[in-house]
Amino acid sequence: MLSVRNLTKTYRSAGEQVAVLRGVNLDIAAGERVALSGESGSGKSTLLHLIAGLDAADGGEIRLAYLSVADLSDAGRAELRRERLGLVFQQFNLIPSLNVEDNLVFQSRIAGRHDAAWHAELVDRLGLGALLKRYPEQLSGGQQQRVAIGRALAVKPLLLLADEPTGNLDEATADDVLALTRDLVTRTGCGFLMVTHSTRLAATLDRQVHLHAGLIA
Amino acid sequence: MSRVFWILAVLLSHWRRHPMQLATLLIGLIAATALWSGVQALNAQARSSYDRAAATFGGARTAMLVGRDDANFPQVLFVELRRAGWPVSPVLEGRIQIGGRSFRLLGIEPVTLPAEVGNAPTIARSGLQSFVTPPGEMLVAREVLADLDLPEGATPTASGGTLLPPLRVQPDLAPGVLVVDIGVAQRLLDVPDQVSRLLIGKTKGPRAALETVAGDKLRLVEPDAQSDLERLTDSFHLNLTAFGLLSFVVGLFIVNSAIGLAFEQRRPMLRTLRACGVSARLLNTVLVIELVALALIAGVAGLVCGYAIAASLLPDVAASLRGLYGAQIPGQLTLRSEWWIAGLAISVLGALAAAAASLLKAARLPVLVAAQPQAWQQAQHRWLIVQSAVALAVFAAAGVLLWYGDSLLSGFAVLAALLLAAALVLPAILERVLSLGQRGARRPLAVWFWADSRQQLSGLSLALMALLLALAVNVGVGTMVESFSRTFVGWLDGRLAADVYVSARDDAQAMAIKAWLRGRPEVAAILPGGRADAQFRGAPIEILGLPDHATYSEHWPLLESTANAWIRLRPGDAALISEQLSRRLKLGVGDRITVPAPGGNWPLEIVGIYADYGNPKGQITVNYAALTRRFPAIPTTRFGLRVATPEIPALLSALREQFGLDDRSLADQATMKAESKRIFNRTFAVTAALNTFTLGVAGVALLTSLLTLSNSRLPQLAPLWAIGITRRRLAAIELVKTLSVALITALLALPLGLLVAWCLIAVVNVKAFGWRLPFHVFPLQLLELLGVAMAASLLAALLPVMKLARMQPASLIKIFADER
Amino acid sequence: MNDSVTISRRAFAGGLALLGLERAAARAQGFAGLGENAEGFAAVVPGKTFAFPADHGPHPQFRIEWWYVTANLKDSAGAAYGAQWTLFRQATRPGAQQQGWANPQIWMGHTAVTSADTHRYAEAFARGGVGQAGVDTKPFLAWIDSWEMRGLDPMREAMLAPLDLKASGADFSYALRLDADRPVVLQGDAGYSRKSERGQASYYYSQPYFKVTGRISLGDQPAEVTGLAWMDREWSSQPLAPDQTGWDWFSLHLNSGEKLMLYRLRQKDGRNDLFGNWITPDGRSVEIASADNSITSTVVTDVAGRKVPTGWRVLIPAHGLAIETTPLNAKSWMGTSFPYWEGPISFAGSHAGLGYLEMTGY
Repeated sequence: MLSVRNLTKTYRSAGEQVAVLRGVNLDIAAGERVALSGESGSGKSTLLHLIAGLDAADGGEIRLAYLSVADLSDAGRAELRRERLGLVFQQFNLIPSLNVEDNLVFQSRIAGRHDAAWHAELVDRLGLGALLKRYPEQLSGGQQQRVAIGRALAVKPLLLLADEPTGNLDEATADDVLALTRDLVTRTGCGFLMVTHSTRLAATLDRQVHLHAGLIA
Repeated sequence: MSRVFWILAVLLSHWRRHPMQLATLLIGLIAATALWSGVQALNAQARSSYDRAAATFGGARTAMLVGRDDANFPQVLFVELRRAGWPVSPVLEGRIQIGGRSFRLLGIEPVTLPAEVGNAPTIARSGLQSFVTPPGEMLVAREVLADLDLPEGATPTASGGTLLPPLRVQPDLAPGVLVVDIGVAQRLLDVPDQVSRLLIGKTKGPRAALETVAGDKLRLVEPDAQSDLERLTDSFHLNLTAFGLLSFVVGLFIVNSAIGLAFEQRRPMLRTLRACGVSARLLNTVLVIELVALALIAGVAGLVCGYAIAASLLPDVAASLRGLYGAQIPGQLTLRSEWWIAGLAISVLGALAAAAASLLKAARLPVLVAAQPQAWQQAQHRWLIVQSAVALAVFAAAGVLLWYGDSLLSGFAVLAALLLAAALVLPAILERVLSLGQRGARRPLAVWFWADSRQQLSGLSLALMALLLALAVNVGVGTMVESFSRTFVGWLDGRLAADVYVSARDDAQAMAIKAWLRGRPEVAAILPGGRADAQFRGAPIEILGLPDHATYSEHWPLLESTANAWIRLRPGDAALISEQLSRRLKLGVGDRITVPAPGGNWPLEIVGIYADYGNPKGQITVNYAALTRRFPAIPTTRFGLRVATPEIPALLSALREQFGLDDRSLADQATMKAESKRIFNRTFAVTAALNTFTLGVAGVALLTSLLTLSNSRLPQLAPLWAIGITRRRLAAIELVKTLSVALITALLALPLGLLVAWCLIAVVNVKAFGWRLPFHVFPLQLLELLGVAMAASLLAALLPVMKLARMQPASLIKIFADER
Repeated sequence: MNDSVTISRRAFAGGLALLGLERAAARAQGFAGLGENAEGFAAVVPGKTFAFPADHGPHPQFRIEWWYVTANLKDSAGAAYGAQWTLFRQATRPGAQQQGWANPQIWMGHTAVTSADTHRYAEAFARGGVGQAGVDTKPFLAWIDSWEMRGLDPMREAMLAPLDLKASGADFSYALRLDADRPVVLQGDAGYSRKSERGQASYYYSQPYFKVTGRISLGDQPAEVTGLAWMDREWSSQPLAPDQTGWDWFSLHLNSGEKLMLYRLRQKDGRNDLFGNWITPDGRSVEIASADNSITSTVVTDVAGRKVPTGWRVLIPAHGLAIETTPLNAKSWMGTSFPYWEGPISFAGSHAGLGYLEMTGY
C-alpha cells in the first residue's frame, strides 16, 4: 500500500549540504504496523514528513495506494493528508480553542468523511466520553495524545503516521496510548508507521526498521 | 462549501476563547469606520447642498451675462439678445424677508430657461400655467416650509406687507431660496422691467457679437465646474477629511495590533489545520473570508455610529459653514445608499490593509517549523531597524514636500509624513531610552524592570504609536486653535474700533440719524463706513471705505506698512489690502494695482497689509471719501460712533426710541464682539469634537493592547512571583512600567505636537485660508493634555493590572506546569 | 406606439398648454388643449368678413393661431429642398391682454430645412408681452427670437406679399424672399373651416401663390434656390373634437397652376373625415366634400421609432385627380417638444407637382 523507492533528501545548512536520505526503500502493507527507529538526526522525521507530503523529496518515489505523492500539487497533497492519512505528533497539536469533541471531528468534517458510528466507537475506545466538553489545556498529556490519535483515525485513513507520539508521556501512559493505538489500527485495518526512540515500544509492533546514514538497514 | 464552513468554524473558535481580542478587533474597525464615514457623511451632506445651491437656476454651472457692475439691467437687453440669436433666459435676484427671516428670491422665466439649467423641466412640466399666471407660485425646498412653519399652498406675507404667491415644494431646490416667475419677482422686488442676469443656453446657432447688441453694458461669465461655495469651503472639508483619515488610521492601528496578536496565537492552529489536510490556498481564502465577514459586521456597526457622529456634529458643521461662508446646509442628515456601500467597503479595505502583513505571513507559513509564539518579537527587533530607516526616509520626504510643495494638499501631506515618520520611529526611540535605563540600573529588580519593559515594547508599540499620533494632533490642533483664538480676539479689538454700530434702513434715515447725532454731546465722532463689491483679477473682492480718523490709525492692526500709511490713504490713490489678497495674488507693499470702478479704472498703490481673519473674499481698504467718489451708488447707511463707554446704553435706547432701530440695525461693540467670537468658536467646535474622538480611540487602542498583552505576560511574571514578589507588588510594577512608557511617549508627543501646530499655522492655514498666525505655545494647555494622556493610560493599564493583582495563585502555578 | 403628445402645427393649438401637462394626462384628454372646451374664448362662427391687414395679425381673443409657411425649392443644380417657417400663438387663459410678463400669450416657433438626405429643424418658445415674439400688422412683422417674416415695401396687404423670411438653427439657416401676384385664398366655406360634424371649426385662409428666391445653408454649404411657397393662416378656439386623434394634411402645387388643400382628421372610432379646397389658377376656392374622395397610405416608414405612412394615393374623382405622392425625404421628422412629420413631397399620376405633407398623431 505504501511503497517508498530510492527516496533522497538533502538539506542545505550553514552553507553545507547535508544528505539526510540517500535512497530509502520502504514498503508497508495494509494492516501492517511498522516501527521506525534511528539516532537523532538520522532523518526519521524527514521520511515521515515526505510520506505525509509536508515536504518535497529531491528524488525517488513515494506511492500511496497508486498515488504518486511527488506528483501531487499542494492542494492534492492537502487532500491526501485530509482523506488518506492520519498524523500524530509528539506535541499533540490539538487546537486549543476547540473542545475535545470538536478536536476529534474537525478533520473528518473538513474531509467530508464524518461517520457518527465510528466517532462514537472512537470516543468509547479512547475513553474520552467524560472529557468531550473539555478544552485541551484542561487535559493531561496522555489524554491529549488520545484525542490527537482519535482525530487522526476519525477519517479512517489508509495509513497512520506517528512521530514520537509518546515522547512527551511517562512510560505507563505511553504504553497505554500505544496499546490503544495498536488496537485501533487493527480495528481499521490501516497501515501504521511510528517513529520512536524506544526499542521497547518498537518491539510491540509487527516490524522494526532502522534508519542509519540515510538508508534503511 | 461545508469544508469552508468547518475551517471557518475552527478559525472562529479562537475568538470564542479570546473574546477580548475579538472586541479589540471589532472596536478598532468600528471606530475607524465610524469616524471616517461620519466625516464623509458630513462632507457629502454639505456638497449636495452646494450642488443644490449651484444648480438653482444658473449658479456658477451655467454661462451667463451680467451687468458690467453686477447691477440689474433693463429687460430690453434680453429681448434684443434673443432677437440677435442669443439663447438667453432672464433671471432676477433679490432678497425678501418673511417673518424676520431673509430669503433669496429668484425670478426665472420658465419658457426660455435652458433645459440644462437644473430644475427647469420639472417646472415646465408641472404646471407652467399656474406658475406664470398671476399670482403665480413660489417654489421652495421642503426645508423652507418647515422654517416658515407653513403648509404647502399657503400664501406667506413679506415683511413689507406684500402678499406672496402660494408656496409649492420643489425638492431639488436649495434651502433659503424662493423661486417665482420673473414677472412676479419684478413686482415683489419693485424693479419693473429689470433683470439681474441672463443665463446662456447651450443651443447653437448664429448669433451676433455681444458688443453689437449690448455695447459694454453686459459681460460674459464663463461657467465654473466648481461652484464658488465649493471652492470657498474646500479647505474646511479638507480639514474634516484629514481628521476623518487620522481617526481611520488610528483605528486601523488597533485592528492591526489585534490581528497581529491573533495571528501569532493562532499560528499553531494554522499549522495543525495544514497538517490535517487544508491546502495553503484554501486556508488563506478562509482567513480572508473570516476577515471580510468580521469587517462587514463591524462596518455595519461603524456606519450606525458614523451616522450618529455625523448627526450630532451636523449642527456645528452647518453653523460653521454658514458663519464662515454663508453656505446653507440643511440640518437634517440625508444619506444615500452609496454612503453605506462606501462605508462597508472602507471597513473591508481597512481591515484587509491592517491584516495584510498577517495574511502574508499566514500565506507563507511553513507547515513544518515547530511552533514558537515568541519568534515574531525577535523579528520585530530586526524590524525596528528597517522601520527607523523608513521613518527617516519619510521625514526626508516631509522636508522635501515642505520645501517644494505649494498647495493645501501638500501641506496636509507634510503633516501626514511627519506624523507617520514619528510613529515609525517611536519604537526605536523607546527602545533606546529603555536600554539606557537598563544600563543605568543596579538593583536586580530594576534591571528586570527595564529589560522586561523592552520586551513588552513590541507588543505595545502599535498602541503607543496611536497614542503618540492622537496626542500630537491634539497638541497641534489645540495650539493652532488657541493661537488663532488669541490672535482673533486681539485683532477683533482693533477692527471693532467704534463703540456703537448703526445700520440705517435707507440713505434718508441715515441722514436723519446723523443729523440727530450731531446734536448729542456724548458722541465724539461719527465714522461713516462704506463697502463696494468689485471684480478684481477674476475674483470678487470687497472694497472697504474708512474715514480718515485717529480711531483707525491708532487701533487698526497692520501686518506690514509704509510710513504714514493712513495719511497716504487720504488722497484716494493708495490702499491697504488684506493678507489673503496679498498672498493669493502675491502682492506686496509698494505694488500698484488697478481696480475696475464704475467711472473707470482706479489705480492704487499698496501702502499696507492687514489681517482679515475669517473673510473668504479678498479685501481692499481705501479712504471713505475716495470710495464714495469712485462708487457713488454705494449705500451710506452704515456708520460707527465713538462714544464714551458710560454713555453707550443711554444713547442706544435713545436711538432705538427715536428711529425705531432694532437689534439688527444697532449694536454696541461688546455685542458685535460676542457675536464674532460665537461664530469663531463654532468654527472650531467640530475640530475639537473630532480631536476628542481621536484621543478616545487611542485610549482604546492602549487598553486593548494591554489587555491582550496581559494574558501572554504571565510566563514572564510567574517566576518573579515564585521568587517571592507579591502579586500586589507585581501589579504595581506593571502599572509603573506601562505608565512610564506612556509618559515617554507623551513627552515625545509634545514636541511633535508643536511641530504639527507649526505646520498647521505656517503651512495649512496659509494655504487654506490665506492668513498666517503668530505661533504661540501654551504650556498650561500642554500640561493639561499630558495629564489627560496619563489618565487615559492609567485607565487603560488599570484593568489588566487589577486582573493580575487578583489572580489566583493556581493560575500562576499552572504556568510552570505548562512550561515545556 | 406613439407615447408622446400628438400635437403640432396647425394645432400646436392647445399645444403650449401641454408644456404644463403630463404626457399621460395629455393622451387621456385626446388632443389635450385641442379637446378642451373653449369657455371664455371667442367662438368661430360662419359668415366672418375678413379684413386685411388686421387679420394678418394676432387674434388674442381666440385660443390658438398660427402663421405657417412651407416652401418647395430647387437649387441651380436641380436638387430639391423644402423649408418650413412656423409661428404658433396660444393663450393660456382668456381675458385682458396685459403688457409685460403678465401677458397670457405663449409663442412657439418651428423651422426646418429638408433635402433628399438631410432634415434639420429647430424650435423656440417665448412669452408674449415683452417683445421676444409676436406679430405686428403695420408694417407686417412676425417674429420669435431671430426668426422673422417681414413685410417689404411696397407691401400689398391683400396678397400678404412681398415678404422676407429668415430662420436659423444650430446647423442650418435660410433667407428667402416670397412674392405673390394674387390675393390670399379663403379656405373651407369662405374662410370658415369645419373640423368636425359637431361644430369644431377655425378661420382659415391661405396664400398658395408665393414664388420664392433665396438662399439655404445646410451646414456650411449655401445654395441659391428658387421655388414655390404656401402660407396658411388659421385661428380658432377649439378646432378639434375630443375623439379626433391626428391628421394627414396636404398642400399641393399642381403643375397645371391649380392648388389643392386636403386634410383628413382621424377619429378614434375609425371614421376619417376628409376636408379640402380645390383652388383654380385664378384664385377661386371650392370645397371638395364628397364620399368618393379618398386617401390611402402606400408606403410606411420607420421614423423615430414610429410607423409613419409617407407615401399616399389620393383620389378626387370630381376633379379627375388620381395621384401617388412620394416624400423628398421619408425621415422628415420634427423631433420637437410636440413631434410630428412634416416635409416636402412630389406627386405623379393624373396630375404632377410638388407640395408639403404634415402628419400628426403617429
